Amino acid sequence: MPDGRRTRGAEWSVTLPSFLWLIVLFVVPSVIVFAIAFKPATPYGGIGAGWTLDTIRSLGNPNYPAIVWRTIWLSVVTTVACLLLSVPMGYTMARAPKRWQNTLLLLVIIPFWTSFLVRIFAWKMLLHPEGALKRSLVALGVAGPDTQLLYNSWAVLLVLVYTELPFAILPIYAAAEKFDFRLIEAARDLGASPFQAFRSVFVPGIRRGIVTAMLVTFIPALGAYVVPDIVGGPSSEMLGNKIAQRTFVDRNLPEASALSALLALAVLLPTFGVLALNRGRNLLAPKSESSP
Amino acid sequence: MAEFLEFENVHKHYGKVRAVDGVSLSIRRGEFFSLLGPSGCGKTTLLRILAGFERPDQGRVFLDGQDITDLPPHKRKVNTIFQNYALFPHLTVRQNIGFGLKIAGVDRSTIEREVDAMLALIQMEDQAGKYPDQVSGGQKQRVAIARALIKKPDVLLLDEPLAALDLKLRQKMLIELDLIHDEVGITFVYVTHDQGEAMSLSDRIAVMNRGKVEQLGTPTEIYEAPRSSFVAAFIGDTNFFEGTVAEMVGPDYSRLAIDGFPDVVVFNDKQLKTGDLIYLSVRPEKIRISRDRPEQGAHSNVVPAHVEDVVYLGSHTKYWVRVQDYRIAVFQQHNRFLLDEQPIRWGEDVFIRWHADDGFMLERYSESDERLMGTPPEEVGESDNGAERAPTGTDGA
Repeated sequence: MPDGRRTRGAEWSVTLPSFLWLIVLFVVPSVIVFAIAFKPATPYGGIGAGWTLDTIRSLGNPNYPAIVWRTIWLSVVTTVACLLLSVPMGYTMARAPKRWQNTLLLLVIIPFWTSFLVRIFAWKMLLHPEGALKRSLVALGVAGPDTQLLYNSWAVLLVLVYTELPFAILPIYAAAEKFDFRLIEAARDLGASPFQAFRSVFVPGIRRGIVTAMLVTFIPALGAYVVPDIVGGPSSEMLGNKIAQRTFVDRNLPEASALSALLALAVLLPTFGVLALNRGRNLLAPKSESSP
Repeated sequence: MAEFLEFENVHKHYGKVRAVDGVSLSIRRGEFFSLLGPSGCGKTTLLRILAGFERPDQGRVFLDGQDITDLPPHKRKVNTIFQNYALFPHLTVRQNIGFGLKIAGVDRSTIEREVDAMLALIQMEDQAGKYPDQVSGGQKQRVAIARALIKKPDVLLLDEPLAALDLKLRQKMLIELDLIHDEVGITFVYVTHDQGEAMSLSDRIAVMNRGKVEQLGTPTEIYEAPRSSFVAAFIGDTNFFEGTVAEMVGPDYSRLAIDGFPDVVVFNDKQLKTGDLIYLSVRPEKIRISRDRPEQGAHSNVVPAHVEDVVYLGSHTKYWVRVQDYRIAVFQQHNRFLLDEQPIRWGEDVFIRWHADDGFMLERYSESDERLMGTPPEEVGESDNGAERAPTGTDGA
């Protein structure tokens, strides 16, 4: 089958560059990180010779469970909050007149034109004890003068949701835009209230968009480092902060690697789980998002 | 409000477009009722008002004595077969059919039983576990019917349900729809631009044009006695002649003056006076064609003509004959085939004849009707921008 071989060859020549890129810049560094986790640390920040399980044992540090737990719940709540906001948003955008849709899409993307760091510092100013938000809340009597808006887990959560929201809206809008809204009418016709129609027809109809949104908000939130570092305090440290601290302050690369490996596994396992689940469903319902 | 389903002076405007312009209709219980017209005539808007997806700007809708104008769609005992069926792609055939009952909170064993009964009705018991993408067009259609009927609606709305099917399947589904209507006995309101579908299924038809009902009647009434030039042109084929009323002949007949014709006698069912400008409509199959001059009674018209074209169509022959400026279509049924019969051929001089009662005087038609007359109704339905696109467009549907 010369034809088959030629297409196979063509496929490879197209795939090879990105494949190499992934190997060199993703797989190799990951393997190195995993490997360093099994090396001893030297007092001056280097990596010692030989292999050891000491660094892995250091994961038993009694401070870690609280941080891991906080990292997970902050990421989960961030993901849930982003979904709760972006699914109705995607619905509204997709139902808006076509000329409005592009404007709304632009508004979602505009924040990306400003540096991520600058936007986080802007939040810091907003939430600052002397900041505009704090003052107006006190003036309205909602917050007491001693209420701390900054440097706690709520501030981290708020800014994480702010950061991840556009990434959740985009895939959900993309799915909603392809959704056949006549199905909503069909559901209403069959006795569904507006909310029932939304829940039982629209949400399953954009399932792929929701799964993508979940992955692209949960994974970055899990690895968040800048946000808790700037608007969080000691009580709202996340795993990312600990890794940074081990690397730059303690100069203990093996321990930083062990934590990174732990995080990587924590990200990969749910991802594979979700993908497997999704593929299983797809086998049952091929082309389930298209409609005649 | 004696009737089962009443539209009372219903108006619906989209900007300046009058999609529905003062429609009053009464539909009887158990009737198969069609709304027929070209796209943009307001038939779909009227259906959407009945389903509850649109609210009329003015007028009321009554179902079984109850004013349903302001009821939301899910509170009406009305269910719809959508044009593209709108089956839920993430649910199986069984789940699609059971959807309405599940939403209503019916217990699972009852749902199973009812769905099984529906699957038997549409003969798809063996397809219950499949998803809509895995079944054929005709089967999707049947699932859509079952999904709507399981709610036991008072009225079933059908929005061009056969438009997405190929010709053969369409004819098959036409029969099935008729059987289902007989079996369930509920009121069907059927929207279509296809006069053939409407004629073969309906008890009564409302022919719509530009947001108004042009004529309401049985298929026979609408075909045999069109009340406007639009109806005459839209339903079936017809020949139009332009003329003036020359003379009244007795109480029931008029004599017309038409350029190039001897005097034409026509039944006069309208309040016309001498000198009125009118259109005369004569259906092609009402005209007889012969080589010899036929006898002319008091109420028949005989006109010499020249055959320009002959199209043999098996069961009948279509002739195109010329009289002055008019090119006239004539259908001749083949009642028997005689070996020694000499068929009329292209280029022959012949006589055409029709009875005064087979001609209809109609008001002068508008420009849009003129366009219709040039094209068969099926094609008119596809083109046209029209008001009906407006609601779906703004809804993003």
